[in-house]
Amino acid sequence: MRNTPGRWKTALGLVLTGVMLFPVYWMVNVSFTRDQDMRKSPPSWFPVDGTLEGYRAVLDQQLPYLGISVVVGLGTVALTLLVATPAAYSLAKLRPRGGGLLTFVLLIAQMIPGIIMAMGFYAIFLSTGMLNTVPGLIVADSTLAVPFAVLIFTAFMSGIPEELMQAARVDGAGALRTFWSVVVPVSRNSVITVSLFAFLWAWSDFIFASTLDGGGRGQPITLGIYHYIGNNNQQWNAIMATAVIASIPTAILLVIAQRYVAAGVTAGAVKN
Amino acid sequence: MNRVSQAPARAAAGGRRAAPRPRSGQWAAWAFLAPVVIYLVIFYAYPLYRNIELSLRDYTVRSFVQGDAPFTGFANYAKILGDETFGPALWHTTMFTMVSLVFQFVIGLALAMFFVKNFRLSATLRALFLVPWLLPLIVSSSTWSWMLNSDSGVVNAVLGVLGVEPVHWLTSPDWSLWSVIIANIWIGIPFNLVVLYSGLQAIDPVIYEAAELDGATGWRRFWKVTFPLLRPVSAITVLLGLVYTLKVFDIIWIMTKGGPSGSSTTFATWSYRLGFGNLLPAFGPGAAVGNLLIVTALIFGLIYIRVQRRRTLS
Repeated sequence: MRNTPGRWKTALGLVLTGVMLFPVYWMVNVSFTRDQDMRKSPPSWFPVDGTLEGYRAVLDQQLPYLGISVVVGLGTVALTLLVATPAAYSLAKLRPRGGGLLTFVLLIAQMIPGIIMAMGFYAIFLSTGMLNTVPGLIVADSTLAVPFAVLIFTAFMSGIPEELMQAARVDGAGALRTFWSVVVPVSRNSVITVSLFAFLWAWSDFIFASTLDGGGRGQPITLGIYHYIGNNNQQWNAIMATAVIASIPTAILLVIAQRYVAAGVTAGAVKN
Repeated sequence: MNRVSQAPARAAAGGRRAAPRPRSGQWAAWAFLAPVVIYLVIFYAYPLYRNIELSLRDYTVRSFVQGDAPFTGFANYAKILGDETFGPALWHTTMFTMVSLVFQFVIGLALAMFFVKNFRLSATLRALFLVPWLLPLIVSSSTWSWMLNSDSGVVNAVLGVLGVEPVHWLTSPDWSLWSVIIANIWIGIPFNLVVLYSGLQAIDPVIYEAAELDGATGWRRFWKVTFPLLRPVSAITVLLGLVYTLKVFDIIWIMTKGGPSGSSTTFATWSYRLGFGNLLPAFGPGAAVGNLLIVTALIFGLIYIRVQRRRTLS
């Protein structure tokens, strides 16, 4: 730390991080670049003659998409928590027969490629009229998060001291009350983690949006960007400005839940 | 999409601590499980079932709506196996997966080794390294698209300074697959870094001290001590990476749509193109390709679960 080798490592670390995050910087840079400078060679490394045109275009054209994405994200979080928390409580504390099998099924469920789920959902939504609807998209997006959520919650709730459960029981609380008044409040941190991830995945989803909501009036921001690119739009500052705004949930997740994120990634992959 | 949302296989082993189960408790236990079970049946099992059914029938747009498509057995599978796209798609999928995994792992491990000894700002920088993994794929893919643009992309501008002729990254069949591989490596490094980092942290420093006394330092220590001790975590990292790389769709579709002329088509994008990419959808063959993909993913997925369980139990 105080000696030179430590300082060298910090310097090298900064350089490596800079290289790694260059594409992110470039996205921000391009989002401020004027149209006439866009095809300049060599490109400007800094947005010296910056413009807000791109962001103005976002405000003009992309707000409805952003709104839909927020709704879909929040809906996915709600549905995920509703399904996953009771299940995890049961798996962690109530020792259901067949719980091991269910956990196994959940592990497998996470490995199913999205394109396959999309095709199945398409067939079902077509016959039930849920194609191109926001609730339909919420349901599909929640499949990205539910297995993960149950497994993370189970790992967390297994760590709740048995004495706490016992105390609730002595006070005459049944399973439902224990769940609601003891387990859920104690699990606050994992609820935050799971909610953030569920929101981010729903927010980022492209495959379900493009297959199940491609013709709808309420389309999410991923499709907003996709149409931007697809229309052979040469307004790359607007595209990148939208991308910057679409990255906001990522930034929030990283700032609020930094330590939980790393924990979420490694949970299970490595035994602690 | 949740390429890295692997979750605790540890929890699976948890059920083994079989203490007596009170009979009365079972009702409550399953009542709490009921929502997730119903959910899994309706939103996982049923779509999967529909997908298998799609692959075994001859669907047209009309019969798709009316639901009276004739049963054709494995005709769709025969069709895709004989399709001229099959060979290239298999090759691209293999290349995409293997090259991505090797680079993600090597770079991730090198970075993990770098970060494992704490220094000033190391925690912050490590957190920043997560950014590529957390960004929505549409954001990273479109950013890479513009960076790799033949005429105005920053990558060609830098290569130009070095005296290299402009490369037609996304528009030439020779480079399109490499372009999506590069973007995918970038996105996958953080996952490898984080998991391998925690694996390195778990190695007891005493072992290093002992190795040092035996004169093992630097590279020797890495190959003789660190790498063997890290093998279980490495296996898990690679297997999970494999399962998640096999199904990568967004990046390729957004950057190249699998083209030009099929040069970056993998099974995932092929399946999508068959089902949704044409005016006349071919749901049957599309579902058949998807099912091949799922079988491959599940094989490696099961190996992963096995490795993980053995580790947890030992």
